[in-house]
Amino acid sequence: MSGSNSPGERLARWIIFASGVLAIGVIALIFVFLLRDSISFLQTYSLVDFLTGRNWYPISEPPVYGLLPIILGSLLVTVVSIVIAVPLGVGTAVYLAEVAPGWLRELLKPLIEVVAAIPSVVLGFIGLTLLAPFLQQALGLDTGLTALTGGIVLAFMALPTIITIAEDAISSVPRAHRQGSLALGATRWQTTSRVVVPAALSGISAAVMLGIGRAIGETMVVLMVTGNAAVMPTSLGAVLGPVRTLTGTIAQEMGETVFRSQHYYALFAVGLVLFIITFIINWIADFVLHRFQESE
Amino acid sequence: MDGSKKVQLKDVSFYYGDFKALEDVTLNFEANRVTALIGPSGCGKSTILRLINRMHEEMGRTRVEGEIIMDGMDIYSRSVDVVELRSRVGEIFQKPNPFPKSIFDNVAYGPRLKGIKKKEALEGIVERSLRQAALWKEVKDKLDKSAMDLSGGQQQRLCIARTLAVEPEVILMDEPCSALDPVATQQIEDTIDALKNDYTIIIVTHNMQQAARISDYTGFMLVQETGEPGRLMEYGPAGKIFTMPDKKETENYITGRFG
Repeated sequence: MSGSNSPGERLARWIIFASGVLAIGVIALIFVFLLRDSISFLQTYSLVDFLTGRNWYPISEPPVYGLLPIILGSLLVTVVSIVIAVPLGVGTAVYLAEVAPGWLRELLKPLIEVVAAIPSVVLGFIGLTLLAPFLQQALGLDTGLTALTGGIVLAFMALPTIITIAEDAISSVPRAHRQGSLALGATRWQTTSRVVVPAALSGISAAVMLGIGRAIGETMVVLMVTGNAAVMPTSLGAVLGPVRTLTGTIAQEMGETVFRSQHYYALFAVGLVLFIITFIINWIADFVLHRFQESE
Repeated sequence: MDGSKKVQLKDVSFYYGDFKALEDVTLNFEANRVTALIGPSGCGKSTILRLINRMHEEMGRTRVEGEIIMDGMDIYSRSVDVVELRSRVGEIFQKPNPFPKSIFDNVAYGPRLKGIKKKEALEGIVERSLRQAALWKEVKDKLDKSAMDLSGGQQQRLCIARTLAVEPEVILMDEPCSALDPVATQQIEDTIDALKNDYTIIIVTHNMQQAARISDYTGFMLVQETGEPGRLMEYGPAGKIFTMPDKKETENYITGRFG
């Protein structure tokens, strides 16, 4: 009864097929749902005004839904967190996988994974009560609730993901590559930087992408520490001022809107924009990675 | 340097942790000759290779006793830089281990470590090394393709070319053909034959016909009782070891009675 057409075999195939279809189906449905409600909004409001408008006044009369400052706010916070988290995370992963003695690695890895389990609201609380006042004083700002504050807390949130996955990728580079490099007269550092890290690059990129995904989709932290002012960031100096993000906007306003009002549908359109941005980032990363692997 | 002693082992013993893997090995490797080390698995053949380029230092707690001398210099003395030693002593591993890079970048890896950056200089080295390893004709039109797409035998010759590009004096080979088919094995053996005029080659092999075909000198190693360290039982010109060995154990092994 163990042939490829036995009932057990067929059942297993069917279950796997069903779970695959279910996963893809759910994503497709989310997209369709977002699209449908976004179209309801865009039938009553111009797409160009929505994407390029510089003011977000949803409850004034008439309401103005200019999303540009919020899109830029999201990107600004994300960029700050990437700039902090990627070098720190990849560096830590390299240290753990290549430099740290075995006992230290065994001690640090579970600790880092515990950090990933801290609820974001707790991190937001720490950001709000410790980091924000500190940055306000240290940099002499009007308020400590800024894009920088949000970026730092988000970076801290993304770090465990980046470190854990990048460390796995680096550790799984075959020992034969390291030996080959060392036997050619390379130092440990040359071996790490020229053979091991390039060989682990696809895994490291996946780690970074997941980290970025976590940062751009995070809501609670940015709601608590970025100040939530839909101010147009016009220069790099905006990093030190309050911003508002796409996620924060939806979370904050959804509870106050009238069901199926224009404002309600506008928030779905904001969700769609967030979805598309995430999609584009993934696509670019995939493309860059592919190009890189081909040139290898 | 012809026929002179390139690498000398004097009363060398070796420990992995508390386990004594080698005992009192004294052996001279002649310059510009191929020396084969034969013997059953676990007798310490590969360990001897590791001691000559100090690769065992990457494997945790180990200890070496005795002296290993290369060109009159103890390679374990403090003044010897292990990185520099390894650029003088190349190694070919059991399984081909090209880097996941292009063919060109694999061969250029060693020269680049030494700071050679000019494209023309690197191209010259890559071509010369690939020709020496008898791989040039097969890959000259696809140097920018990934080394991982080559066949096993081509990968192993690429690894030889990669080692030659560093211009070593000694080349260690740890069962270089064990993962290869007979045709690829033949090509590697031809390559070894062509290289021995310029390099001192030490090869570990399980294949006695191979050792008889390619080596000038042969050492037979053996663990006599389980748990004992490996010892060098007999060493001499390959012709003598394979036709009239002095020791009974050697004869038993080469005639296939055990191992």
